[in-house]
Amino acid sequence: MSLRTLIERLLQLVPVLLGVTLVAFLMMAFTPGDPVEIMIGNDEHVTPEQIERMRRDLGLHLPLHERYFHYVANAVTGDFGLSFYHRRPVSEVLFERLPATIELAIASLLVALAIAVPAGMIAAVRRGSIFDRVVTTISVAGVAIPNFFLGIVLIMFFAVNLGWLPVSGQTPSGLNIPRVTGFLLVDSLLWGRPDAFVEVLRHLVLPAVTLGTGLSALLMRVTRTSMIETLQQDYVAFAVAKGLSPRRVLFAHALRNALIPLVTVIAIDLGSLLSGSIITETIFSWPGVGRVLIEGVTTRNYPLVQTAVLMFAVIYILANFLADILYVVLNPRIRLK
Amino acid sequence: MSAGRDGPILSVRGLRTEFPTTRGRVVAVDGIDLDVMPAECLGVVGESGSGKSVTFLSMLGMVRLPGRVSGEVRFDGRDLLGMGARELRELRGRELAITFQDAQMALNPSLSIGSQILETLAAHGPAGSRRLFGRDPGQVGRAIEMLTRVGIPAAAERLRDYPHQFSGGMRQRAMIAIALVCNPRLLIADEPTSALDVTVQAQVLDLIAKMRRELGMSVVLIAHDLGVVAEHCDRIAVMYAGQIVELGPAEAVIEAPRHPYTQGLIASAPWLSDLTRELRPMPGSVPNLIDMPEGCHFAPRCPFRSDACLRPVAMRTAADGRQVRCIRPEAVA
Repeated sequence: MSLRTLIERLLQLVPVLLGVTLVAFLMMAFTPGDPVEIMIGNDEHVTPEQIERMRRDLGLHLPLHERYFHYVANAVTGDFGLSFYHRRPVSEVLFERLPATIELAIASLLVALAIAVPAGMIAAVRRGSIFDRVVTTISVAGVAIPNFFLGIVLIMFFAVNLGWLPVSGQTPSGLNIPRVTGFLLVDSLLWGRPDAFVEVLRHLVLPAVTLGTGLSALLMRVTRTSMIETLQQDYVAFAVAKGLSPRRVLFAHALRNALIPLVTVIAIDLGSLLSGSIITETIFSWPGVGRVLIEGVTTRNYPLVQTAVLMFAVIYILANFLADILYVVLNPRIRLK
Repeated sequence: MSAGRDGPILSVRGLRTEFPTTRGRVVAVDGIDLDVMPAECLGVVGESGSGKSVTFLSMLGMVRLPGRVSGEVRFDGRDLLGMGARELRELRGRELAITFQDAQMALNPSLSIGSQILETLAAHGPAGSRRLFGRDPGQVGRAIEMLTRVGIPAAAERLRDYPHQFSGGMRQRAMIAIALVCNPRLLIADEPTSALDVTVQAQVLDLIAKMRRELGMSVVLIAHDLGVVAEHCDRIAVMYAGQIVELGPAEAVIEAPRHPYTQGLIASAPWLSDLTRELRPMPGSVPNLIDMPEGCHFAPRCPFRSDACLRPVAMRTAADGRQVRCIRPEAVA
């Protein structure tokens, strides 16, 4: 990929991001409910003057188009405004939460791949076998089960009934891991406390499985289809004719080529991974961007919600971009053209 | 027949390959008897779908399920069809090599030419050299030598190249180098020129002939083009609808074909005729292989057919050793 296409791709981001901010802004503006009223709650001692001052402080007295213009103009300079609730810059609040979301997303992806690739491969090689049929049927169920349902079932079974894993949160209460990178798995190791690492890992299991299951079902089907197609290629027959071991034929010749479509599907499906993380984080009280976004919506925390949506959009676009690069790395036919 | 000092390197008797389908049983290979002598080049000719490729894939145990192969195939006296998977794997690529029609499809697009040639050497090399990482310098030398011998310039530098960086002719040469890197005793070249430009076709055929001389191996040259086979082969087997219909010395079969199908094939081939002669296209088309009738497979298209052709027709050997699957007396005269 040349520098020119790289720059072109980055320039294409501008209209996309503008559109995203506008949609997020309008959706929040037209959602019934007023942030100031929600903040005041049932406090009857607040005077109308105080309310007016609060509205003024938050910039809510301005007409809609001016509010949007201010938001975008400031956002360009990196100022996304103050969170109504936290009284701190929105960017600060979100970046604090981002590592937890990324940690969950990566763990979910690993769970999904660990299930999908071997299962899809075996199903393709033993196409039509009982294993193939069972796995394919399960994958249909896997796609169909909603996150919120699976999450609650897993909590009921593994956390409440069996007590093997924690119900929610990212760490046990009372365990305060010194923050270095924000990724608790990394920070717990930097802290020199393997027991803390294990605790973080235990908290990660259920949300990661919840979020990864749907994705693994999809990736399994892609792996299976792609592998079946690859196994019919002449180069696989030629590899067999050369007298290579079945393992070498399967891994070096078939799997490598079969995985190329998987990369694209993962990138495209990252959107559902992100939206899934919003639900999963809420179920498991996972302190990530998704959960703070939900909190922001319920309290009509306009700047926070707009910026969180913008953040998801940027991550999504970057992931697609990364997929393009990976696709080239995996596929030498494109690399050297 | 160019009889070798020993018996045939490859001996096939009653080879039959069937594929059950929802519409009936497809008999792709229907009772093939064939011998390939040491250092001989046997041409196998037939239209697309006549079962040429399946015949040889069947011998190598490379027919996909649910295909079923029966009969007897002996390679150097060893029974190929009854052989264990491991034994067969050790034979493939080392003693019995095959190249495919289109090297662009047969070479893995995401592996370098070097690793595709070295993995063959590694698979058949001594146990110590089966290393996962790092290369055996002796094998790298052998790979470079082989690529040079098939005419790839600056072979040492091209080991790292990927198939798409080679031209069509170069890819074909590289595939031949990979197939021959272990000095096999028999090469099955499946349509080696069909995917190539006319200008490159002759080069590749000459290369196969040269490698046959140098390595002293036998070659089975599969082609749908009689011209390709006529020039390079000692003997020709003509296949039609899963059967061999005529087998004999190349020159004799081309000059005086005896089976009506071979006659039609030659009459309709522009590359074999002088320009003044009129081309005669063959009427009809290759029959559907599902539930083929018992009699002569060519009968529906044959200008000489009679009621006797509806009964099974066996291969008959004439006094001069030529074999024809036809009931007409003049065919074996």
